[in-house]
Amino acid sequence: MTIPALDTPAVDPGLLERLHARLEAGATGDAAPDVHYRTVDSPLGPLLVAATERGVLRVAFAREGQDAVLDALAERVGPRVLRTPGRLDPVARWLDRYFAGSTDPFAQPLDLRLARGFRLAVLERLRGVPYGTTVSYGTLAAAVEHPKAVRAVGTACATNPLPLLIPCHRVVRSDGTIGAYLGGTAAKERLLALESARGAIRQDPGA
Amino acid sequence: MRTPFERTALEHGAVVWRVCRGLLPQHDAEDAWSETFLAALGAWERLDPAADVRAWLITIAHRKAIDVLRVRARTAIPTDEPPERESPLGRPGSRDLDLWNALAALPSKQRVAVVHHHLGGLPFAEVARLTGTTETAARKAASDGVGRLRTLLEEDR
Repeated sequence: MTIPALDTPAVDPGLLERLHARLEAGATGDAAPDVHYRTVDSPLGPLLVAATERGVLRVAFAREGQDAVLDALAERVGPRVLRTPGRLDPVARWLDRYFAGSTDPFAQPLDLRLARGFRLAVLERLRGVPYGTTVSYGTLAAAVEHPKAVRAVGTACATNPLPLLIPCHRVVRSDGTIGAYLGGTAAKERLLALESARGAIRQDPGA
Repeated sequence: MRTPFERTALEHGAVVWRVCRGLLPQHDAEDAWSETFLAALGAWERLDPAADVRAWLITIAHRKAIDVLRVRARTAIPTDEPPERESPLGRPGSRDLDLWNALAALPSKQRVAVVHHHLGGLPFAEVARLTGTTETAARKAASDGVGRLRTLLEEDR
């Protein structure tokens, strides 16, 4: 559908980026999207970070599929999903610092609406597991007062909507093997190695 | 619509730009583009999942462009078409700018029909609905517009 003898005028990608930035800037208050998102490069590959006006909602590894994750968020939270890199800069900066060796816990607001009930209780508990420590699935089950629910704790970790920010990689099996991870076993090994490089990984008796 | 706005709507960012720029000078086109997508974001959830998203966006862009032109008409000396401010003489070697300048020189009905049909890809029935005319009239306006454009662009070379 072009004018005969004329090419469809090309649109400069830089112009579209600039227009998109104006859209992001305008989409606030009543016009705010349901979900903001951006990607952040990391040693574990590109991470998708999504947030609502309440706080960070979701961190996803590339293997989960960006489109699938955004589709699920649109369905679950709302379809007004907008890429807003600028507004998620603080999360991107925290991730950069974390991968560079910073031990600061994630202190920005979280939106935990993707987790409910027992899983939410496990995640809340998990937020308190400090950097450089590990806890077993069994210990965590006991800590949420369901000592027999080891498998359910495993499921809570496997469905953690906020990996890295809520450190489910610090949960290992009681036989010393590291157990499964959303981002893959290699990613979990890498995170535990990163954290142990800052001081020997120790069992956290308090969790 | 239940699909993510960013993926389903912004994939039409370029075509909406061509429509806005075809109807308006650069600066106003940028305003119209942003306002179009802001309005679309607000209405996204209510849009029928079976709707043609591109046609819907172009409809919004059309209304935003008309709004801008109305404001211009009220605040400036009324002329049929506002001149392109950024380069009244055209920029040699820039064919896109030539096209935008040539479009700006068309009578309003022809300009709108050419932009919506040839740049926006809307069928003539849709163009007619948007402009409040008949399909036959829309087709004729686009055809006359393309003829006039060819002449203008040839003169320019």
